[in-house]
This record gives sequence, structure tokens and C-alpha cells, in this order.
Amino acid sequence: MSERLSVFKTYKLYVGGKFPRSESGRVYEVTDSKGNWLANAPLSSRKDARDAVVAARKAFGGWAGATAYNRGQILYRIAEMLEGRKAQFVREVADAEGLSKSKAADQVDAAIDRWVWYAGWTDKIAQVIGGANPVAGPYFNLSSPEPAGVVVVLAPQESSFLGLISVVAPVIATGNTAIVIASEKSPLPALSLGEVLATSDLPGGVVNVLSGRTAEIATPLAAHQDVNAIDLAGAGEIDGLAKELEIAAADNLKRVLRPQPVDDWAATPGIDRMTAFLETKTVWHPTGSLGASGSSY
Amino acid sequence: MASAFEYAPAPESRSVVDIAPSYGLFIDGEFTEAADGKVFKTVSPSTEEVLSEIAQAGEADVDRAVQAARKAFEKWSALPGSERAKYLFRIARIIQERSRELAVLETLDNGKPIKETRDADLPLVAAHFFYYAGWADKLDHAGFGANPRPLGVAGQVIPWNFPLLMLAWKIAPALATGNTVVLKPAETTPLSALFFADICRQAGLPKGVVNILPGYGDTGAALIAHPDVNKVAFTGSTAVGKQIARTVAGTRKKLTLELGGKGANIVFDDAPIDQAVEGIVNGIFFNQGQVCCAGSRLLVQESIQDELMDSLKRRLSTLRLGDPLDKNTDIGAINSEEQLARITTLVEQGEAEGAERWSPACELPSSGYWFAPTLFTNVTQAHTIARDEIFGPVLSVLTFRTPDEAVAKANNSQYGLSAGIWTEKGSRILAVANKLRAGVIWSNTFNKFDPTSPFGGYKESGFGREGGRHGLEAYLDV
Amino acid sequence: MTASDSTLRRFLHGLPGVDAVGLEARAASLGTRSIKTTAKAYAIDLAISMVDLTTLEGADTPGKVRALGAKAVHPDPTDRTTPATAAVCVYPDMVAAAKEAVAGSTVKVASVATAFPAGRAALSVKLADVRDAVAAGADEIDMVIDRGAFLAGDYMKVYDEIVAVKEACGTSARLKVIFETGELSTYDNIRRASWLGMLAGADFIKTSTGKVAVNATPANTLLMLEAVRDFRAQTGVQIGVKPAGGIRTTKDAIKFLVLVNETVGEDWLDNHWFRFGASSLLNDLLMQRQKLATGRYSGPDYVTVD
Repeated sequence: MSERLSVFKTYKLYVGGKFPRSESGRVYEVTDSKGNWLANAPLSSRKDARDAVVAARKAFGGWAGATAYNRGQILYRIAEMLEGRKAQFVREVADAEGLSKSKAADQVDAAIDRWVWYAGWTDKIAQVIGGANPVAGPYFNLSSPEPAGVVVVLAPQESSFLGLISVVAPVIATGNTAIVIASEKSPLPALSLGEVLATSDLPGGVVNVLSGRTAEIATPLAAHQDVNAIDLAGAGEIDGLAKELEIAAADNLKRVLRPQPVDDWAATPGIDRMTAFLETKTVWHPTGSLGASGSSY
Repeated sequence: MASAFEYAPAPESRSVVDIAPSYGLFIDGEFTEAADGKVFKTVSPSTEEVLSEIAQAGEADVDRAVQAARKAFEKWSALPGSERAKYLFRIARIIQERSRELAVLETLDNGKPIKETRDADLPLVAAHFFYYAGWADKLDHAGFGANPRPLGVAGQVIPWNFPLLMLAWKIAPALATGNTVVLKPAETTPLSALFFADICRQAGLPKGVVNILPGYGDTGAALIAHPDVNKVAFTGSTAVGKQIARTVAGTRKKLTLELGGKGANIVFDDAPIDQAVEGIVNGIFFNQGQVCCAGSRLLVQESIQDELMDSLKRRLSTLRLGDPLDKNTDIGAINSEEQLARITTLVEQGEAEGAERWSPACELPSSGYWFAPTLFTNVTQAHTIARDEIFGPVLSVLTFRTPDEAVAKANNSQYGLSAGIWTEKGSRILAVANKLRAGVIWSNTFNKFDPTSPFGGYKESGFGREGGRHGLEAYLDV
Repeated sequence: MTASDSTLRRFLHGLPGVDAVGLEARAASLGTRSIKTTAKAYAIDLAISMVDLTTLEGADTPGKVRALGAKAVHPDPTDRTTPATAAVCVYPDMVAAAKEAVAGSTVKVASVATAFPAGRAALSVKLADVRDAVAAGADEIDMVIDRGAFLAGDYMKVYDEIVAVKEACGTSARLKVIFETGELSTYDNIRRASWLGMLAGADFIKTSTGKVAVNATPANTLLMLEAVRDFRAQTGVQIGVKPAGGIRTTKDAIKFLVLVNETVGEDWLDNHWFRFGASSLLNDLLMQRQKLATGRYSGPDYVTVD
């Protein structure tokens, strides 16, 4: 009995809720940790990056304007979908990072749990970091966090799935939309994540996934005037790239999260990755008195 | 408005302040000359009188000041928060005691009316120190985790529009959190920072905790680029802010920027009109419009444009421009010849592009730097004066038809610092405030400030917040 | 707009709203004007000339009113350059005595009427009150509106009453309409009442009776000044304003004059268009006037007690 010939998957980008090939028509070979060919991944071009910004900008108003409860529901739905496709991600992570099945499973479990963690944050972060300010005058003054806008995320190069999710989830939990540049050498978990997102009620364009050469894609995005912020997590390992991108980001004063050494992506993340991409809006309202006769004169 | 009731001059006494003929740099608790002996003059913009000669810090001085701050950091940051708090409380009290002196000084050096320095700047300066003094021993409870650590030496560069207030916004949170500072005041307004140095001495603040380095842009650039600076805080123009962001790129320096703005002040047809007129005036003519959060774009609903313009013009005719030390002056001098030239250029461009210019009858003093309150009507989003920050007493008036259009126009800017909303309909306030991409929104009021209220912008207006609990984050390693 | 109850209501409720904090902030900011030397001298004399010197006590007697009249004509017997006050203000039954006391001078006699201060009487009684005062020679009638009707939303009733009182004033007496702003309570109500009064034919709009807890304030007076300004802009008709009650010092009075100067301008800087309803204010103005003339601070023994 001959073994059944398996069906290969064509990995595609995830942009604006659709799965395009790179407009450049280029692909590159993705190998496992031992150098064995796994698949061809799209090699994104500047134009793919530009299209992703358009998609992310288009999705921003609706996603930022959705209720925090609704965003939480959708993020939780993503966790549910991931749980169902766990086996696939365990295999992809094991291949990508050269991990044993059980080590890879730990990573995937932690990644799914992280989605759940951030799903719960959507309707709490405003209470934790916002609030009323007791100004010295007849005004009601309220500070609330708001999403920064379109955020470019350079996913970590090594931690292809847990690291990826640890940087993507906090960005979208608070209402930003994201353009994710997948790990250059291990992009497959990120591209598969796109497939999960597409079936999780997440509006198209909220997360866009690009694969290819990190520096090549990130450079035009860092300079793009319609991008509001950039997470340089995946630039740390590439010599000089983080600085170069930070300089480019200054052109429109993007919010920049510099790469920080992460020993263990499984550790509790805290709220820093959310607050890095939040603005604070403070609104003043006169309170006044109930009537003229109650005035202080 | 010519009237039988002419207010006699009511000048605040200058004798309350004693300005020395020269001032040094303040490094490590001592006033000292610049290493290369350079000096510059500071003038009173309302008269062009030279007020004093100021030592101009160069690179060597920057290095010395940063070293002094570094040396002081170890002990200062190790001090119990409650002790740091008491130093800040002392400073706050001394500022209150000396507030009349400082108000007159600030008016002389900056050109803004004494009414503003007395009733706005100085009370806010003292309040800011009081507010952050109280935080110094409560940082564990500020929401940044247990025992949040200071960053180290903060290099701070501040503008000339609110010299002492911007100093307070920078220094108070920095010291409360345990950092030490090197601060560069603007070259046109160095005096109040140097008086503040004296207040630090009166308060017994340990040497090197606060260092003041007057100078020009190159001094600021050297400070920001200094490798031993851990934190950079800048308030000023967006162009310089971008340059600073490039300078600190690739370093571990934490950066906060408070930059320019082109605030939209949106007046709906159901607005409380008389209060809206006051808010418009306060929004653009407070401090001669030299305010980053000024309401420099008036967006008025087309159906009430004529009525509102009539009221606004009538109100502008009552503004009193002149001697900033006169207690009845509403509009003082422009801070410098350079700023006056910039305003003039942009206003000429507004006229050249076809906008309609109007100013009330207004006599300008013969010496000093002055610009009459100015309105431009027939302005569209395409006009330079609707897009570029003028930083002067110049209001661009645009119209809109629907709330959607108002929001779209308000947000159509590279900036996102402030905005105003005028309507009696509560739900509209909330809906519009929600959609505006700006860091500070005033509904049925404008240009209100408070130490508890976070201030800062979206987009190219900068990042980070000053004031409130949020303002601590900029100076903590979190 | 006064064709029916509903059109009147629609008009009054369509007036621009008032933001209390903004209004009070503007009034306070004008209160920081520093009025010195020549400006102060001008303001003090102007304020004296605008005083409606008032006595509205149950214990009023012809003797008391005669003294008040004498004081109104020559507020400072030691300095004959002191201007006379605008008027004396008394109850209707004291009008005759007041007329006699100010005879031959510029001082007018104003009479409160319409069942002052509560106004809780039948219209016929109120009108009789007015006719009495006019017949006794009152130059001015200070009526109170029916606050109950106003607060119940019965604007037409308030309007009709003012029209009737105006008619009872005839051609000789000017009508001041008192809103009792402290009872109307909100600034929106004060703006509506101002327009209601002006539409009904008031010659003056007046804040209060002086008989309730909150009387004239810089904010409610500023609001009424804005109303007369806007009314003139729309109709061409100029209406006077009279803050009354609670203004006791020169400093306060000057603040009100600054409000007038910077809100409606010099057209109102005349006692034909602006009045202070006050009693103790006059002596403080006189002491300040003496201080300006002599350079010494005066004392209560150097002004007359009437």
C-alpha cells in the first residue's frame, strides 16, 4: 500500500481580508531549522506594503469604533479557532524553530492563552489607564486611551508564533489596525495565522500579514506618512536596522517601540505593549452650577 | 471701541523685580561663566530694551552640567520619596511667595501681559510643583508596578512662550520621580529659569539636581546628543522635534515631544454664542496666539457665520493691546523679531492666496515687536494659513455644513494637539469629541490647563503626556 | 412672535443657550480690570449719577424719604461738585413726599409697584398700584414680573401683564421690569426673561428686588447687557439695564461699569440707560471720591447717614 501523496499548501499574504500573492510575483524558499525545504512564501514588495497600509487605514475607523466588548468577543473567537487548528501550528512551529512536538505544543498553548489574555483586556485597559482628573475648576475632565492608528509590527525573528502573537494581539486589542511583517526565516506560522483570522469575525484589514525580507518591507513602511506607529521587535537581530527605521519613522513622528531583549515570551507580558500604541485624549467639560443663584459671587 | 470711559494706565510696578546686569550658567549649584566666555543679550520684546547679558552654554558646559547631574543622580534617586517631596513643596511655596516678582519678570522677558503671567502662568507653575511634589512618595501606587525607577539624567529643552510654566512641566515630574535635570531655556526668555535656579538654592536643593544652561539651538542639540543623557524632553516646533527624534534614534534615551498644532475650534449653530465668542478669543489671542494648542482654525457652521463674525469682530474691537505691564492689557508683544517676521510672512501669504484679512482699529507701539489681532475669512483647507502653524494672533475662519464635515476638516491636519467644540447639545459634544484626533479637547471652553490634566498631542504634535499621573511615565523606567 | 403662547415660547426657547461657567468666567475676567486715577474719578462720578437711591422698608416715613431726597440731590454737602443721583426709589405711597424732596433738581422719583416685591396679587390690584404711583408723580415705575407664571411656562401671561403695566405708566413714566433673577435661577431663564420684557415694552430691565438671597451679580448683569445689545442690533431700540441689590462698594460698582463699557459701550454709560439700585453704595462712592480729592482715606463720619 503506497503512502498517500499529501496536498501542499500555497502560502499567501493576508491583506485587507483577502489572500493575495505578492504583486511582485516573487516567492522565496522557507526551510526548517535543518535546512529542509518547507514551502515557498511570498516575497512582499514595497507595493504590497503600500496596499497593506491602505487596507489597514480603511479598517481603522470601524475597528477603533467597535465596542470594546465586541473586540473582546472577536479576539476570544480567534483563540477558539486557534485551538481547533492547534495540530497544524504545533507542526509549523516545530519545523520553524526546531522544537520537539511537546516543546512546540507548549509554545502554541501559550500563544492561544495569550489571545485569551488580551481578549479580556479590551474592555478594561481604559479603566486602568484612563479616568477623571480632579482639576481645580468647575470642569469635568476625563482622560481616555485611544488607539494610535495604523501600526506596523515587525514580528520577532526567532519566536515565530508565541512571539508573533505576543506583539500582534496587544496592538489590535486596543483598536489599532496592524501590518505585520512575519519572521523572515520562519514566516509560515504567521501566514497560517492569517487564515485563522479570516475565519474569526475579525474585519478584513485589521491585521495584514506580509512575508519576505524584513528590511525591504519595513523600510518603506517606517517612512510611510499614513502609518502612525511601529513596533521594532523583529528589527533587533538585524544589524543597524532598528536605528535606521527609527530615523525614518521621525518623518511623521511615528510612535516607536524599540526592540527590547525578551528572554521568555511565555512570561506575563504586562500592559506595556498596549500602552505603547495608545494615545491619551483628555476632554474638558464645564460643569457649572445648577443655576445662577448658585453662583459663587 | 472708543469710549468716554478711558482706562488710565495701570502699570504693575517693575521695582518688585531686580534684574542683574549679567547672569551665568547654573551648574552644580553655582552660577558660572561659559567655558568659552560667550554671552548673549536678552531683550524686552515690548520695548527692545536690553534686560541682561546671559552666559551662553557651549558643548563643554553641557558636558560639565550633565556630569554634575549624573553625580547628583545617585544620591537624589536614593533619597526617600518623602524627602524629595519636601524639596518640591518648598520650591512650590517659594514660587508662590515670589509670584509677583516672577510674573513681572516673565512679562518683561517674554512680552506677554501681566494679567496672564499673574493669573495664569504663575498660579499654574506653583500648582504643578505642588501636584508632583505629592507624587514623589506615592510612585508605588501610580500604576507602574512596585518601586518604579527613575531614568537618570534628563535633558530638557523648553520654548519661549510659557518659559517658567514649561520649566515647571519639565522639572517637577522629573525631580519627583528621582531624576536629575539639565534644562535649556529658550534664548529669548532665559531669565525666569535663572531666577528658578536661585529658588532651588533657597530651597536647599542638593547641588547638581537642577542645572540651567541658557543658549541657542546648538546648546540644545548638544544636550540632547550627549551620551550620558537618559531622557530627552522637548517642547517646541515640529521641525526641531523631528530632528531630535532622529538624533535619539538607536539610543536608549526615552523621548517625549510636545510640538506644534493647528487646533480646530468648532462652533455649531446651537452654541452658546456669547461664550463661544469668548472661547474663540481666548483660543487664539491668549498669549498673542503663541500657544501650541491655540484654536487657530475656527470652524463655524455656515448657517451662523455672519452672526458669529459680527459678534467676534465687535469683541475684537474691545481688545486692549499695549504695555504688557499694564494690568488692563489683553494683547502684549510678540516674543521676538524673528517670530514677528514669521507671522508677517504667513499673513502676507494668506492675503496672497486670496483670504480676506481683517483687524480691529488698533494702534501699535512704535518700538518693540507687535502684531494686531487678525482674522482671515474665506479660508479653505487648501490655504497655507489653514495648514501651517502661525504661532501668532491670527485666526483662520473656515465653514462647515454638517458635524461629519466639521470632524473631517478638523482632523485634516498633520497635527493633533487640541480642538474645541461649541454646542449646547450634550450628545453632540461626546460624539464629536470621540471622533477628533487630538490629545486635548475643550468642549464649551478653551485653553484650560491644570496639573492633574494630561496634555499632549496625536500625530505630528508629538508624543507622551505632561501632567497628571500620565506625566510620570515619561520620567520612569517603565 | 408674540402672536400666541406657542410662538412666544418657540422664540424664547430658540434663543442661544448660556454656558454658566463661561459667562461667569467672562464676568470675573472683566472684574480684574484695574481702574485708577482719572478713570476712577470718572467712574465714581458716573456711578453716583447712576444710583437709584432706594428705601423700601415697612418703616419708611415721609421724614425718612425727605432725608433720602435731600441726599440724592446733594450727596456730599461738603462738596457741591458731587453729581446728584439719578433717582430716589420708594414705595407708591411715598412718591408724593419724594417728589417734594427732589423738586427743582434733576433727580427722578422711581416707585416700585405691582405688589412689590412678591407680585402675588391680582392684575387689577397691580395696575391700581401703578396708577397710584403715576398719579402721585412717579417718573419711573419698577414693576416685578410674575415669576410663578414664568416658571410655569406661562410666558404670555407675563408678557400681557408687562404690556398692561406699560399702558398704565402712560407716556410720562418709564418702566423698569424686575425679573428677580435669583428666583428665575438659571441663566437661560434670565436671557428669556430679558427678551420677554423687552418685547413687551420695558424701558429698563432690572435684575432684582433686593429682597431675596441672590440679587445683582456681575454674571447676570453681563447677560442682561448682552440681551439689550442684541435687542438693539435687531430692532434698533435701546433698552436700559439696572442691577439692583448687593452692590455695596465702589469696587463693585466700577466692575459693573467695566461690564457696561466692554459689553455695550459708551451708549449705555449714562444714567438714562444704566442704573444701580442701591442704598449703602452711595456712601462708599462718596468716601472714595473724598479720598481721590484729598489723598486721605475718609471715614463713615464724613459722609451723611440718611
